[in-house]
Amino acid sequence: MKVKVISRSADEFTRERSQDLQRVFRNFDPNLRSQEKAVEYVRALNAAKLDKIFARPFIGAMDGHIDAVSCMAKNPNHLKGIFSGSMDGDIRLWDLATRRTVRQFSGHQGAVRGLTASTDGHVLVSCGTDCTVRLWRVPVATIMESNDSSDMSADPLAVYVWKNAFWAVDHQWDGNLFATAGAQVDIWDHNRSQPVNSFEWGKDTVVSVRFNPGEPNLLATSASDRSITIYDLRMSSPARKLITRTKTNSISWNPMEPMNFTAANEDCNCYSYDARKLNEAKCVHQDHVSAVMDIDFSPTGREFVTGSYDRTVRIFQYNGGHSREIYHTKRMQRVFCVKFSCDASYVISGSDDTNLRLWKAKASEQLGVLLPRERKKHEYLEAVKNRYKHLPEVKRIVRHRHLPKPIYKAASLRRIMAGAEKRKEDRRRAHSAPGSRPKEAFRKKRILQEVE
Amino acid sequence: MGSKEENGALGKNLTSIQQDIDDEEMDTKVKKYLRGERANLEILQDKKLKGQLAVREELYGKSAKAAAKIEKWLMPSEGGYLEAEGIEKTWRIKQESIAQEVDILSSRNQYDIVLPDFGPYCLDFTSSGRYMAIAGRKGHLGILDMKNMALIKEFQVRETVRDVVFLHNELFFAAAQKKYPYIYNRDGTELHCLKEHGAVLKLQFLKNHFLLATINKFGQLRYQDVTTGEMVGNFRTGHGRSDVMQVNPFNGVVAVGHSRGTVSMWKPTTAAPLVKMLCHQGPVTALAFHSNGHIMATAGMERKIKLWDLRKFEVLQTLPGHAKTLDFSQKGLLAGGTGSFIQIWGDLSGSQSYGRYMSHSIAKGYQIGQVVFRPYEDVLGIGHSKGWSSILIPGSGEPNFDTWVANPFETSKQRREKEVRSLLDKLPPETIMLDPTKIGAVRPTRKKEKPTKQEREAEMEVAVAAAKDVPMKKKTKGRNKPGKRAKKKQEAVENAKRPFFGQVVKEELSKKKRKRISEENELPKSLQRFTRKKATA
Repeated sequence: MKVKVISRSADEFTRERSQDLQRVFRNFDPNLRSQEKAVEYVRALNAAKLDKIFARPFIGAMDGHIDAVSCMAKNPNHLKGIFSGSMDGDIRLWDLATRRTVRQFSGHQGAVRGLTASTDGHVLVSCGTDCTVRLWRVPVATIMESNDSSDMSADPLAVYVWKNAFWAVDHQWDGNLFATAGAQVDIWDHNRSQPVNSFEWGKDTVVSVRFNPGEPNLLATSASDRSITIYDLRMSSPARKLITRTKTNSISWNPMEPMNFTAANEDCNCYSYDARKLNEAKCVHQDHVSAVMDIDFSPTGREFVTGSYDRTVRIFQYNGGHSREIYHTKRMQRVFCVKFSCDASYVISGSDDTNLRLWKAKASEQLGVLLPRERKKHEYLEAVKNRYKHLPEVKRIVRHRHLPKPIYKAASLRRIMAGAEKRKEDRRRAHSAPGSRPKEAFRKKRILQEVE
Repeated sequence: MGSKEENGALGKNLTSIQQDIDDEEMDTKVKKYLRGERANLEILQDKKLKGQLAVREELYGKSAKAAAKIEKWLMPSEGGYLEAEGIEKTWRIKQESIAQEVDILSSRNQYDIVLPDFGPYCLDFTSSGRYMAIAGRKGHLGILDMKNMALIKEFQVRETVRDVVFLHNELFFAAAQKKYPYIYNRDGTELHCLKEHGAVLKLQFLKNHFLLATINKFGQLRYQDVTTGEMVGNFRTGHGRSDVMQVNPFNGVVAVGHSRGTVSMWKPTTAAPLVKMLCHQGPVTALAFHSNGHIMATAGMERKIKLWDLRKFEVLQTLPGHAKTLDFSQKGLLAGGTGSFIQIWGDLSGSQSYGRYMSHSIAKGYQIGQVVFRPYEDVLGIGHSKGWSSILIPGSGEPNFDTWVANPFETSKQRREKEVRSLLDKLPPETIMLDPTKIGAVRPTRKKEKPTKQEREAEMEVAVAAAKDVPMKKKTKGRNKPGKRAKKKQEAVENAKRPFFGQVVKEELSKKKRKRISEENELPKSLQRFTRKKATA
């Protein structure tokens, strides 16, 4: 006879001294845990509810400007700093950690319309309606910390006066050039008082310009003639042009997939395009109920933030048709500019009410350093929520957002209008000869023409 | 030189065979952790979804493999076993001879407590197997710490006690007394008197749902949420008095055995039983569930013990013998007790056929009331008319516990933590269902119920063509006339068409009828007599 029975001595399974950690034994046998799926579902539901409870995205407002904030610029070399320009010609450098002005750059006579910083973070370029481009030296980060040395204002490195008012400016990545938009697109060098190159295609004003992060010589502009144009600095003439039904207010390139860009359009939607294939949008991002004023990609390239004339800020997935998140407050007015912070965890918006606002990119994210156990727990809950996100109850809780009444009403009105239009189109199609009215994809519908 | 080479080759062969065996072992282990088969991604049209699911499947595979590896290398203890040598039979091995072989610590688990005055006793263990609650019929209640063999508390309630059950941890237990069930804490303080339940015969606690399920003298099944006190369900089983009730640990469904030989299964959200199955010719005397939830054992008065496959509701095996009480161990051994005799069956070959494993007789004249396996130990607790006993059943318990599921060495701090955790994960009563893996799954598409008109017509045409094609026999005596032949053919065609016509007529009739009924319902009663007139007009 051979016999063995389970016999556990307490010494092996308990700690020796009270200072020791308790011993942990794992057995992942499914039979020991009954109703795993139900338990996971309940956890997912609780996680979704907790997410709602902890959703406190608004961190604080940065007050200081005395007119609407028209543009912002990130400093690629310094995480905490952000530049903002306002309609009264004031440019400020903010410290995001303390939410205070560190430095003021005064000099513009009219509204500042464009701000950008060079990739090394030493030079700030601003332009405005006073027909000047100004270059500023950015204070060193250490000086920013000890800002008690009263001298808050700075003088420009250079002032270049030109023939027309400017609407936007953007700096080349890893280069010495920057481009301004106005009556035409001008390419400038830091050290030259006149543009080194000028592009013009049509007579209308160019309203935004953005350099490609991957290919330094490529830039995309949008103009008030409803066009999006792609330029190559190595060629003497523009490369491509796309004419849509409504004006594009702003453009942002996807930093991780630099052939793709997303355009913020006047018709409340954003359109993602592949720059090599402009005949249709890759994705249409709908949800705003008024013109989208500005757009900025997260450095991860997986999501982007938009600011709209309907007084809200939304965050979209790079391939999602609807927004993941909406931010609004009672006091925030028309949003003119938005930026994703360089660590992808904050969003900054500048609006008509002269304030900059700092938001968390994930509304319920816990700030500060997480313990490993906390982090694991968060990851687990996230995974469980993701697994059961299709179940109706979880979906309802995760999707629900409280909207301001005007936006809620406008959204439902837009839905009704879209439905009516669709019905009408369907009926027209049903009553016309088969094939005479082909169905047009929404991704193509808003595009008028592609010019090479 | 040659022999050396040969040796090398042989060694290589042996290692490769060893590896094969290991691989097989790992495969079975991985299968256990995969929890079902892979999804068939080939049929998916959506490429994006397909990609996402492929990644997910790969992750599942990886985690299952990791768990299998952990099981193979990192588990601290090995399970118990009892193997016969030579002509020995395992069921002839006595407890005394086992006691001589095992270590002192384990042999302490063999004992008899004789308390003849308060008898028959019923027992319950906490899920970790550390604590035991005892209840004597004559009102003796107590809690014991099985690790230290210490009595924590005992007291007399001076009335009949029919059953005892631990709630979520050892701090609280419920006892079914003469008129009502009561909830006590560990110090013996009465916390609640659950008057609504009435004179309860059998108690069960659903750990994941925090539900106390009771069945009383009148066959009423009640579920009460012990965290909020809410009465979640109150159903009349409608089959009379029964004290055979057991929770299926796999899905939380409560099964009740009735005196007519049926077993009904209940969930707290519907008033009708989920399943009613006729298990025995006579009354059902005992009921037990395997921990994987797929096997149910029932014992009837007609001297049969049946093992049921709960996925198909079919008998797997019928064993002869009476059983007043049945219980499955964590590793799947089945214990049955009747009179003063206990029999243990085991699935020794691993092919779902239970054979005799062990047997044990307690002192003559003692009547066994209940047998309960102690979780995570190779121990069987026996409550009988003169006290309670404990015997060793090697290979019955799960050797490795999980600290976060049930910890026999739990400290009070861990217990508090776990209480909070389990309350956060408390399941709503709706999650009790026959197949709990359905949660989060997609309902399969419904089959098309009725063929459309065109389909029916096509089918009819096929049938007519087949009828026409049947070759005619050559008949004699004037029955082979062309006229007769044509008539016969016509008849065959008519016959082939008939079933299809029948369908159409029936359908139309039912439609008309439905319409009439709905019209009748719309009208007030006084006007309904005019409906027919209106229909004709």
